[in-house]
Amino acid sequence: MSTEENTIEQLASKEYKWGFVTDIESDTAPKGLTEEIIRLISTKKDEPDWLLEWRLKAYHQWLTMEEPTWPNVRYEKINFQEISYYSAPKQKFQPKSLDEVDPELLKTYEKLGISLREQEWLAGVAVDAVFDSVSVATTFKEKLKELGIIFCSFSEAVHKHPDLVRKHLGSVVPYADNFYAALNSAVFSDGSFCYIPKGVRCPMELSTYFRINAAETGQFERTLIVAEENSYVSYLEGCTAPMRDRNQLHAAVVELIAAGDNAQIKYSTVQNWYPGDKEGKGGIYNFVTKRGRCIGNSAKISRTQVETGSAITWKYPSVLLQGDNSVGEFYSVAVVNNHQQADTGTKMIHIGKNTRSTIVSKGISAGVGQNSYRGLVEIKKGARGSRNFSQCDSLLLGDKCGAHTFPYIEVKNTTSTVEHEASTSKIGEDQIFYCKQRGLSAEDAVNMIVNGFCKEVFRTLPMEFAVEAQKLLGVSLEGSVG
Amino acid sequence: MLEIRDLHASVNTNEILNGINLSVNAGEVHAIMGPNGSGKSTLAQVLAGRNSYEVTSGQVLFDGKNLFEMEPEERAREGLFLAFQYPVEIPGVSNTYFLKSALNAIRKHKGLDELDAVDFLKLVKQKMKLVEMDESLLNRPVNEGFSGGEKKRNEIFHMAVLDPRLSILDETDSGLDIDALRVVADGINKLKRKENATIVVTHYQRLLNYIVPDVVHVLVDGQIVKSGGKDLALELEAKGYDWLKSSSPVSA
Repeated sequence: MSTEENTIEQLASKEYKWGFVTDIESDTAPKGLTEEIIRLISTKKDEPDWLLEWRLKAYHQWLTMEEPTWPNVRYEKINFQEISYYSAPKQKFQPKSLDEVDPELLKTYEKLGISLREQEWLAGVAVDAVFDSVSVATTFKEKLKELGIIFCSFSEAVHKHPDLVRKHLGSVVPYADNFYAALNSAVFSDGSFCYIPKGVRCPMELSTYFRINAAETGQFERTLIVAEENSYVSYLEGCTAPMRDRNQLHAAVVELIAAGDNAQIKYSTVQNWYPGDKEGKGGIYNFVTKRGRCIGNSAKISRTQVETGSAITWKYPSVLLQGDNSVGEFYSVAVVNNHQQADTGTKMIHIGKNTRSTIVSKGISAGVGQNSYRGLVEIKKGARGSRNFSQCDSLLLGDKCGAHTFPYIEVKNTTSTVEHEASTSKIGEDQIFYCKQRGLSAEDAVNMIVNGFCKEVFRTLPMEFAVEAQKLLGVSLEGSVG
Repeated sequence: MLEIRDLHASVNTNEILNGINLSVNAGEVHAIMGPNGSGKSTLAQVLAGRNSYEVTSGQVLFDGKNLFEMEPEERAREGLFLAFQYPVEIPGVSNTYFLKSALNAIRKHKGLDELDAVDFLKLVKQKMKLVEMDESLLNRPVNEGFSGGEKKRNEIFHMAVLDPRLSILDETDSGLDIDALRVVADGINKLKRKENATIVVTHYQRLLNYIVPDVVHVLVDGQIVKSGGKDLALELEAKGYDWLKSSSPVSA
């Protein structure tokens, strides 16, 4: 008889079923970062002068900055001169049909419940499916256009809506904000731009479309979302399907701006990048700066993130609550397995009066994974009557992993309330035994227990995404997670 | 149905079961009684496949199959059910969802179609009446925030839905008030069929007022020192266990 602990270890140690894909590429800039490279990127993208200048300012700032070492993660020092900062277009191996695609990958897609068409697209099948997707995208775009919503790639926005981009770019995450934000600002490749005009409620979840839109944005992605007065948008980023990428370092910047009164942005993200092999080699470093700013009164930014991939995840999506009565929410599930490391959390900065924030963080650790929650709640002097509630729960699978909580709380007035709750629990042998005694396999048992643990967060995801996220945990439990 | 032959089991080298022999036929109710620490719960856990116990020798056949070659979930799917002395909480997982997954795992094993939500709900409504269970407990997370009585009732409810061949009830009466005891016992009696068998593990005779056993076994120091009819339970109630302890056939 195998012991339950063994079972957990077995589950945890199964390999990620799909690693990197070898592909041939062309038109790659020489390795290293110099002013010439930045000029090259800007020229290739046919950018206006102001943007080139902005990139160069960011670059010079970056040169003066030190790589931060305070997070609770370990990795070999990155040699920034060994990275190629521009490559396009890529000539990928293009299978002619799904028959030519690795059956293991297809199995994963199936488990995630991804439609056939989308499977073809994700696997890079070269045939009609792609054109199909593009036409779907075009239909979406027409609909959005009627409402005055702009939703396009960042590069397109730079050309078609330069004033909007120029006004908002860097207004939440200035290029000098931090080491990786500066790097991103200097060399960002592409990303998404989204603008919701006054009084418009975006009628669809910007999701399927996004998957199509955001393909191959590369390692230095830039996203900018602006919601004007009385508008609403629900935006989904990422993909539950395993994402493969040759680039080890990912340093994206995402800026959310709830510009007008009552503007609302709901931003959900699922990240499932390659976590590396069992020894943790080759996985992606995900060092991301994501920040939102509630400028209008009663504006609201709500974020949900599900992080299951990457070798190292290091991000603190934060919200600046400037407008009076504005609301910030953060719901997070972060899973680490094998040698994965995550140092993630959020920052809620209360500036306006009667601002409110809620933080619910669920960390799951398996294998020898290390999961840290790091969160800051700062209530400024003028943020009278503000409230925060934080809840950080950790779940451990096996006895070789770790969970750490670093809450920082700063309150500078006497009329505000801050609450913090934290718990750590271990998936009990008795829980697994109980499930098994009722006929469930160990895998299903762990899956069920973990999903139960994450329920509060999944509830905040848009319905269809929530279903995918649950399945993702299932697949992760089988493949990369315990 | 169940054939236990010279079963020895230990935990951390302490031998707890010391040569158990027991056979249970379909349609029978067996009661296993004994003082604290005599090995009653260990026996129940070993049969269900709990790995904290090491089976050092002996054999157990369940419907002719070697029980120790089966994982706990296989035993469950083959129809062995354990009502836990301390039912476990599973936060965030609704009782219905849990039970539906369990039932369908068992049905799949038996080659039956999985039940869909509608049929499952029908079944559940019907079984709930057996244990007079409150409907609100269905959608609450498994055992989380349940009172002691509710947890025990929930175990019998699981048993009713999963419809096992052999049920082992481990101290199901502990922590129940008289009314709850009656309800739980009623439920167990209603589930009794000639194809099924039940092993009731208990300290006290009072449960046996409601569930009438065919055979009563007394377990002392990991051995069955006496077996008899239902009157044996009454005798134990009157005399206690000490007279059996002294007469226990001490093993070499």
